[in-house]
Amino acid sequence: MSATLSPASGVSFAPVLERKFPDGSVHVERRPATDVPTVVATPETCIEAAGFLRDDPAAAYDLLLDLVAVDRLKLDGPASFRGDERFQLNALLYSTKRNEHLRLRVALPASDPRLPTLTEIWPASNWFEREAWDLMGIRFDGHPNLTRLLTHNGFVGHALRKDYEAGQRWLCTDEDVLQTALAAKTDLPEDVFETMTLNFGPSHPSTHGTLRIVLRVDGERIVAAESECGYLHRCFEKMSETHTYTQVIPYTDRLNYCSPMINGNGYARAVEQMLGIEIPARAKAVRVVLSEFSRIMDHMVCIGANLVDLGGLTTFWYSYQAREEIYSLLEACCGARLTSSYARIGGLSLDVPDNFVEWCRTLSKSVTTHIGEVNTLLTKNRIVQKRMSGTGVVTKEQAIAWGFTGPCLRASGVGYDVRKDKPYDGYDEVDFDVPVTTAGDNYSRYLVRMEEMRQSLRIIEQVIARLPGGPVVSNDYRVVLPPKEMVYNEMEGLIFHFKNVFEGIQVPAGEIYSYTEGANGELGYSIVSDGSGNPYRVKVRPPCFPLFAAFEKIIIGGMVSDAVATLGTLNIIAGELDR
Amino acid sequence: MSDKNVSLPVARIAPPIAPGVPSTVGTDFLTTKLDALVQWAQKNSLWPMPFGTACCAIEFMSSVSSHYDLARFGAEVVRFSPRQADLMIIAGTVTDKQAPILRKIYDQMPEPKWVISMGVCACTGGFYRAYHVVQGVDEIVPVDVYVAGCPPTPENLIHGLIELQKRIQSGELARHREAKTYVPIRVGTDPQVESIPAYSKSVMAPGRAHGHELPEMADSAEAEAAKGGKA
Ligand code: SF4
Repeated sequence: MSATLSPASGVSFAPVLERKFPDGSVHVERRPATDVPTVVATPETCIEAAGFLRDDPAAAYDLLLDLVAVDRLKLDGPASFRGDERFQLNALLYSTKRNEHLRLRVALPASDPRLPTLTEIWPASNWFEREAWDLMGIRFDGHPNLTRLLTHNGFVGHALRKDYEAGQRWLCTDEDVLQTALAAKTDLPEDVFETMTLNFGPSHPSTHGTLRIVLRVDGERIVAAESECGYLHRCFEKMSETHTYTQVIPYTDRLNYCSPMINGNGYARAVEQMLGIEIPARAKAVRVVLSEFSRIMDHMVCIGANLVDLGGLTTFWYSYQAREEIYSLLEACCGARLTSSYARIGGLSLDVPDNFVEWCRTLSKSVTTHIGEVNTLLTKNRIVQKRMSGTGVVTKEQAIAWGFTGPCLRASGVGYDVRKDKPYDGYDEVDFDVPVTTAGDNYSRYLVRMEEMRQSLRIIEQVIARLPGGPVVSNDYRVVLPPKEMVYNEMEGLIFHFKNVFEGIQVPAGEIYSYTEGANGELGYSIVSDGSGNPYRVKVRPPCFPLFAAFEKIIIGGMVSDAVATLGTLNIIAGELDR
Repeated sequence: MSDKNVSLPVARIAPPIAPGVPSTVGTDFLTTKLDALVQWAQKNSLWPMPFGTACCAIEFMSSVSSHYDLARFGAEVVRFSPRQADLMIIAGTVTDKQAPILRKIYDQMPEPKWVISMGVCACTGGFYRAYHVVQGVDEIVPVDVYVAGCPPTPENLIHGLIELQKRIQSGELARHREAKTYVPIRVGTDPQVESIPAYSKSVMAPGRAHGHELPEMADSAEAEAAKGGKA
């Protein structure tokens, strides 16, 4: 890694921390400047440390972004492996007040790794902990419901452990389909004779085939709810470990498949940061333009599908037209409509077509028209307003506690947008606004998305107005395939080509958390490298995951039909939720 | 496939009832075999039930929306209730957790019913050779048409649909299904590639694991329980 180690590593509250924990049981770890600052605690001190990090005004990390469990079994080599520290649990935190990221790290032993639950400090931790238990076998003492989340109930073992074989499957029978606790429970306090259990999904048009919610309803009103995910858990993280860094890119496309470009760019950026390489200005600009178009696609399909769920099919045809037009541009750039795999580590796979700039201009004009059409159909539509305003309300405090990011957080009054607050790829050079509303209901989320699309168009116009020339991929041939003439005519070129293809990109050993603004919120990649051609561990921070985890809490007290509207505006994309 | 299977086979003007006795029903009607008529009707009024789980479902949405407009091919009435559908389009990755649900929904569809497996994930598991992904939905339900691609373009899906319609019209599907000799259609792949899994090979049971040995478990109590329960 090229970056230097700075002693304080960006932790401004280090002196306070030292005073609070004079014995050094909680201390700051030295990290490279490209990574996020890190505080290390032990299982015994982690609750105290977490409380300090959340409550001390010098720290104020109020938002839990992600929990990343790492199995270090093969990382240090079997010989030097220290049996007492096989696992690591990293909590990634963000402070909405100070605009800072932090990692809280706890090392755990090989046998019976356990630590106290963090749900008391950050409620968002609930599902992340279940995931860590499910896939890594880490126990959380005091967790309210530590059961499998992503894999099915017939599953045996913990799939992301390094000694678990990637292809090992387990039979899932009808009995293993979750019989939720709620279905059996009839002793709810207000349960007289009228409540009933209603299963909702996974095969239901408004749960988009992969989400499941079990409701306890009193007439139309929801008195209790339990949501379940994992129906599309297709092992992204395990698959990444068995492929080279470049081969992971197609997998990232299929995370949030409504806006695939953004995922690929975020991943490539994370690896580029680990390698310490800069990508050419043109590649950055094209990434930004296509990411913004992807954001529009995503929001369009979110709004369109949401309205379909609400019974208004018409909008869908208009919003989908915009998507089709953007598809054509993507197809011209990289050959694929949906799953573009356009980003490469070091830039892009191909240059854009010659008429890219004019195309973008025409496209942005027609997309403006489509946004206008959708706006005319919906924004002042009385039915839409009645269905959406005042339903699915999430307050600012709740949004933070539940780990929201992206449009859903901004609709609740917190203006955090990675593009603005931690700019990358030249977002600081363009002029755009971050729409924020305070009501936190479905209608606000809709409005935020509409405005974001307009802002995206503003960004696109500014970037294409001064689209830089030059190459779209770095000329660092340790990372990028050399041009064919070089491969055929020069020994060196041939060697680079051979190494890149056969061994993959060699990323120096290390760890990073890198984040960009996905269509649904902060899209983060935690990557651990052991210096080989395959990533040792890739964990994506899926923006939908905390949203869906909170869904069961948002809908309590509302009507079943409001739950449908809420599910739509939260925009849960199963590929990203379940990975 | 020849064209004569596609259109209604026989159409002629009614003959006189007996020599000298003209037909009382006039001259404007068709006679045909009942089978052919039914098949023709079935072919042109497919009601798809999208079992969309992942990215392929997005391309399915493209196929039904304004630009590609699947309605032009007689399959526009998308139904989310299996009871009202006769064509299941499995669009997306099916995981082990989803498998029993897929089977249940398939069972709920009334006969006659057809299945299009859209995308490589549904066909073979695609590039998810992984611990939680069904390696091809033909482990669970019988498939009539495999549409390749990741995701298949809408054109490809429409091609698959047209091929299915041809076979519905010809009656071939029904006959083969009875005899279990049926070889499914594959669309969007290299026609040279041989050896399509025979229909009878599909195991009609929910989710089938690979039969690996149990992994070494850190948590031995759990592994013991699993060996007892699963092996
Ligand atoms: S075939 Fe490709 S596009 Fe379709 S569900 Fe699988 S990964 Fe997604």
